[in-house]
Amino acid sequence: MSSLYKNTPYNFIAYKTIVIKEVLRFSRIWLQTIVPPAITMGLYFVIFGQLIGSQLKDIDNYSYMDYIVPGLIIMSIISNSYSNVVSSFYSTKFHHHIEELLVSPISNFTIIAGYVSGGVVRGLVVGVIVTIVSLFFTELHIHSYFITILIAILTATLFSLAGLINAIFAKSFDDISIVPTFVLTPLTYLGGVFYSIEMLPEFWQSVSMFNPVLYMVNGFRMGMLGVSDASLITAIIIILGFIMALGAISLWLLHKGVGVKK
Amino acid sequence: MNALEIKNLKKVYGNGFVALKGINLAIQQGDFFALLGPNGAGKSTIIGIVCSLINRSSGGVIIQEHDLFKFPREAKQSLGVVPQEFNFNVFEPIEEILVNQAGYYGIERKEAFKRSEIYLKQLELWDKRREMARDLSGGMKRRLMIARALMHHPRILILDEPTAGVDIEIRRTMWSFLQELNKNGTTIILTTHYLEEAEQLCKNIAIIDQGQIIKNCAMTDLLAELDSECLVLNLKTALEISPSLEGYPAQLIDSQTLEVQVKKGESVNQLFELLNQMNVEVLSMRNKSNRLEQLFLNLVHSNKNNQEL
Repeated sequence: MSSLYKNTPYNFIAYKTIVIKEVLRFSRIWLQTIVPPAITMGLYFVIFGQLIGSQLKDIDNYSYMDYIVPGLIIMSIISNSYSNVVSSFYSTKFHHHIEELLVSPISNFTIIAGYVSGGVVRGLVVGVIVTIVSLFFTELHIHSYFITILIAILTATLFSLAGLINAIFAKSFDDISIVPTFVLTPLTYLGGVFYSIEMLPEFWQSVSMFNPVLYMVNGFRMGMLGVSDASLITAIIIILGFIMALGAISLWLLHKGVGVKK
Repeated sequence: MNALEIKNLKKVYGNGFVALKGINLAIQQGDFFALLGPNGAGKSTIIGIVCSLINRSSGGVIIQEHDLFKFPREAKQSLGVVPQEFNFNVFEPIEEILVNQAGYYGIERKEAFKRSEIYLKQLELWDKRREMARDLSGGMKRRLMIARALMHHPRILILDEPTAGVDIEIRRTMWSFLQELNKNGTTIILTTHYLEEAEQLCKNIAIIDQGQIIKNCAMTDLLAELDSECLVLNLKTALEISPSLEGYPAQLIDSQTLEVQVKKGESVNQLFELLNQMNVEVLSMRNKSNRLEQLFLNLVHSNKNNQEL
């Protein structure tokens, strides 16, 4: 206990250092990190929300535009928190400045917490910007601020951890784009961002329930609109379960030095 | 007290290559220690394990009386490292690199900025503090790595070929800086391919070859093992071929520079008499300073022969 107390200020300063470094990193290249998701999501709002959405009937008593806003915000949080950590940690490995961290007395937990927090900050910053962009097309609905913020932070944490694990295993820049392209994007698009799974045939509804992204999209939609295809408690349990599992895997990988030590 | 103790350290890489065959080494507090060896001898593996960049296969490392593998935080706190390759983020401003480094060691940003000012001024990088690291010259990057390693005031500084690729003037400046640091109590462990550098700076030395320590002693003791000394003579008279000096093997380096081997304990009067007889006038004379080079080559060569037998 006393040793934990003694180490707390040290670990906190080290944690703060990594977070500041990460935030400065993505802020410095804002044209690559902050602007593109705002433009992409703006296009989604125009094309899917206004042009196509205006021809579609309401879902759960919300216009199609209103219905897809939470999905698009959480989609941008997912992709940005993931890509922030995967690209930052991989380039840290690639340029060897991971050695600065390995040589120093920072605990593996602090390294993970620092990088994940950097990813969460970027995810939330982009989420806020996409929300602001959505205000040009529709009104903001917030059913519960607590649920909205909780799901946003938990989802960003989960995908930051996933990005970290991807970066640990990555051996080239190609390896950091495989998971987002072939796993993350399909899961997100099929996770109910653009539709309610009630619109699917029964078989595909059952299949969709195995997609973890569905719970995040619907948990977030519950926070904003108060409607969801899945139970909120189930969504929170699933997200927390994934966070604990990925957190434990990340700790074990860094402890063993996988991908970072010879 | 030992600053660093390495006990029976072994490393076998995944491909089966045995890099370290059980290294034992003790480096005293305040020492300026040279760790030398040919390429692939195991120097970088030792340093990599001590710096937690490479996993050991077995054995122990004690840093300032803290077991690196049981109490990594306490052990690592005492260690500063200047690696062979540039390993900072080249897209970060110099000052930020130093401040972040201090943060990793639990130093608050306010204090870190003060320390970065001190070291950037000492290493003549203060004017460049807002520039991106990628814009620095090779010598400046080396100095930046030294400044970074010192930010947390380590008691042991490991320098892996710190002067590789820097010009002689910067090298000399770095030598005086390191000597001053050592005088103030920092234990310095140096690997280098410039044997003159090790000879000039280091008090003790270990030579490693094929994963084993083949020599570990005081620098003066090692140099005393030389059975001859090399004198460099600056000649007034230009020569075309090397003169034949009986009992003194000589080599003409250029028309006015002659290197002569003189056996230990042998008088140089005889040498000058011979030169006189040949009407060769000597303007000045000095000891060739890289005496270590010959010893190093002898030791490595004899170790190789022993392994083959």
